Amino acid sequence: MVAKPLLEVKGLKKYFDVKGGVFGRKVGEVKAVDDVSFTVMEGEILGIVGESGCGKSTTGKSILRLIEPTDGEVTFDGQNIASLKSEQLRKIRRDMQIIFQDPYASLNPRHTVEKIISEPLLIHGMKHAAERKKRVRELLEIVGLNAYHASRYPHQFSGGQRQRIGIARALANHPKLIICDEPVSALDVSVQSQILNLMEELRDAFQLTYIFIAHDLSVVKHISDRVAVMYLGRMAELADKDVLYADPKHPYTKALLSAVPIPDPDEKKEAIILEGDIPSPANPPTGCAFHTRCPVAMSVCKEVRPTFKMVDQDHYVACHLYE
Amino acid sequence: MPDMVLRLKDLQTHFFTDHGEVPAVDRVSFSVGKGEVVGIVGESGCGKSVTSLSIMQLVPSPPGKIIGGEIQFKGEDLVQASPKRMKQLRGNEIAMIFQEPMTSLNPLFTIGNQLQEAIRIHRKVTKKQARIQAIDLLNQVGIPRAEAIIDEYPHQLSGGMRQRVMIAMAMSCHPDLLIADEPTTALDVTIQAQILRLMKQLNEENNTAILLITHDLGVVAELCDRVVVMYAGQVVERGTMREILKQPKHPYTKGLIRSLPKLSEREQKLYSIPGTVPRLGVGQVGCRFAPRCEMAFTRCFQENPALYELENGQTARCFLYDEIEREGHPDGGKTSIGSKGT
Ligand SMILES: Nc1ncnc2c1ncn2[C@@H]1O[C@H](COP(=O)(O)OP(=O)(O)OP(=O)(O)O)[C@@H](O)[C@H]1O
Ligand SMILES: Nc1ncnc2c1ncn2[C@@H]1O[C@H](COP(=O)(O)OP(=O)(O)OP(=O)(O)O)[C@@H](O)[C@H]1O
Ligand code: SF4
Ligand code: SF4
Ligand SMILES: [Mg+2]
Ligand SMILES: [Mg+2]
Repeated sequence: MVAKPLLEVKGLKKYFDVKGGVFGRKVGEVKAVDDVSFTVMEGEILGIVGESGCGKSTTGKSILRLIEPTDGEVTFDGQNIASLKSEQLRKIRRDMQIIFQDPYASLNPRHTVEKIISEPLLIHGMKHAAERKKRVRELLEIVGLNAYHASRYPHQFSGGQRQRIGIARALANHPKLIICDEPVSALDVSVQSQILNLMEELRDAFQLTYIFIAHDLSVVKHISDRVAVMYLGRMAELADKDVLYADPKHPYTKALLSAVPIPDPDEKKEAIILEGDIPSPANPPTGCAFHTRCPVAMSVCKEVRPTFKMVDQDHYVACHLYE
Repeated sequence: MPDMVLRLKDLQTHFFTDHGEVPAVDRVSFSVGKGEVVGIVGESGCGKSVTSLSIMQLVPSPPGKIIGGEIQFKGEDLVQASPKRMKQLRGNEIAMIFQEPMTSLNPLFTIGNQLQEAIRIHRKVTKKQARIQAIDLLNQVGIPRAEAIIDEYPHQLSGGMRQRVMIAMAMSCHPDLLIADEPTTALDVTIQAQILRLMKQLNEENNTAILLITHDLGVVAELCDRVVVMYAGQVVERGTMREILKQPKHPYTKGLIRSLPKLSEREQKLYSIPGTVPRLGVGQVGCRFAPRCEMAFTRCFQENPALYELENGQTARCFLYDEIEREGHPDGGKTSIGSKGT
């Protein structure tokens, strides 16, 4: 079977207004996502990494139209999401789910697990209570919990178990794509590996496609097929994970990878330590957004924004060094 | 052992809550030598922060209380020290930085005010000289535009900058010991690299000993000489950084290291420790790790393992290493081994 694209994102932009002054007028905008394009193939796991505030979550939410994108095209399963009316959007959302970093914040504390997981079933037309009950039990087993957990409340679970509940809810209506926004970032290492394994098993069992957002580069490498690196609302690099980790091309990717502390004293490597802070997306640098910290910046980098383009087989980079 | 800065012996810090007594720190023993970097690692809730708060005598009380043990700091028992004495030591001979620097910076005063005050506590200098020294310190920790930043308030700085200010404060007092509780956990990896480099500098140039609390074994490999592994309130293993990362002995430490996704290898499936961390309670019988341990045998559920010392000096709280120590220790770590610095 030749893989075909499930999701195509073209020129996605999301600008947030910055309000200020006595009248709360617009005084500027945060370019949270600024012209981002990528494709996700059916059945693959695309990782998105980047530092805090680079626009990972905003990208995920804009794809689902949980927030309205400022510009750009999102095509899911052949349908242009931007043009969908609310009824069609509701239908397509059944196929696209999202899970969050803090499952606690996204689970209603006053609802039992039963109610939390059966809600999406009801919304999408499973009318019989007995049928829903059966499906909830089934889902709990699938994510490694027990049927008797259905009557409990979120606070009675550990962080890892709550993430399992969030996953069960996302799986309820047999989605095609799940956007996973830092699903293991809040978990301890020993629990994190349980959840990562579960997510891989589910992908294989139900032919799922994931966008896996995280800032932990080892986690992303482990789970992804391809990895995208974002910096200040833009795509810096995108490639097959083995290629990206072995042969990063963008100076930011190089620095990022070299800065990850390795838990092995025999693998000491020289870290490229970037000076300075990440600039504010409300006032991003001109030209290449990375030029203020880039160790190899050239004069053109201040003036001209590099285009994100293919420099090698399926290897995309936005950097003047490769123009 | 030569020149110990800090030595904990059977430290017990318990919380007395509505749901019962919680032995958050349960007979913890370890030591930190002069100029040494010792890491404490372990999962959420295992007692790392309460250990560091106990050393500083900052455990919220009630509900918390140190109910036993000693904390020797350069020969003085801090458990017995008066509040006045502790105030002298804190931010002076012992400095600390936390995960969220906002909690230790006063939001109402400028960076300069706070830094100059710290400097003037330790050195007899004029306000003007203190300001010059403060700017110098900010430059040393890599803060750009130090002359301007010094007049800004903490909320105007990024997380990484605030953490650098805290390190500048720590540097200003030339402490013998720096306690750093998850100093880089909230920071991005490129900013973390800057902070780790600074801490290394502080350690090497000023010979400041560091007690580094973290759950990131990568950070441990970067910075630590020795490591203390905690699980459910207890020390389960102690050893050099290399021993702990390359030849861990305790089944928990082994599992922890095997669960890490590696940047350099390609593995199909991650190892994972089954189950979750147990709830803490007093009077529990058996090894705390037994419900999750693949190696557990009958004795593990009936007795509490002591810390057993191996030939190389590494210690592990596990019956698998009970060749030397034959008799059981029903009260846990109360053995002569427990009080020896690793
Ligand atoms: N509702 C909003 N209003 C204004 N600005 C926003 C809003 N949501 C996000 N932003 C800004 O947009 C930028 C991107 O935020 P986003 O949450 O997408 O980043 P992220 O990559 O997910 O970061 P993190 O790793 O911290 O989760 C940030 O500068 C953020 O402050
Ligand atoms: N104020 C308190 N009241 C009651 N129990 C407390 C209090 N502070 C801490 N504890 C308990 O003490 C135990 C140890 O907590 P501690 O904060 O030291 O964990 P930690 O190892 O630092 O975890 P983390 O990695 O999440 O910071 C926990 O089980 C916690 O529930
Ligand atoms: S475009 Fe220039 S500044 Fe940007 S990453 Fe490439 S070399 Fe560095
Ligand atoms: S004492 Fe027993 S249960 Fe505890 S770690 Fe050792 S083998 Fe496992
Ligand atoms: Mg986010
Ligand atoms: Mg803590």
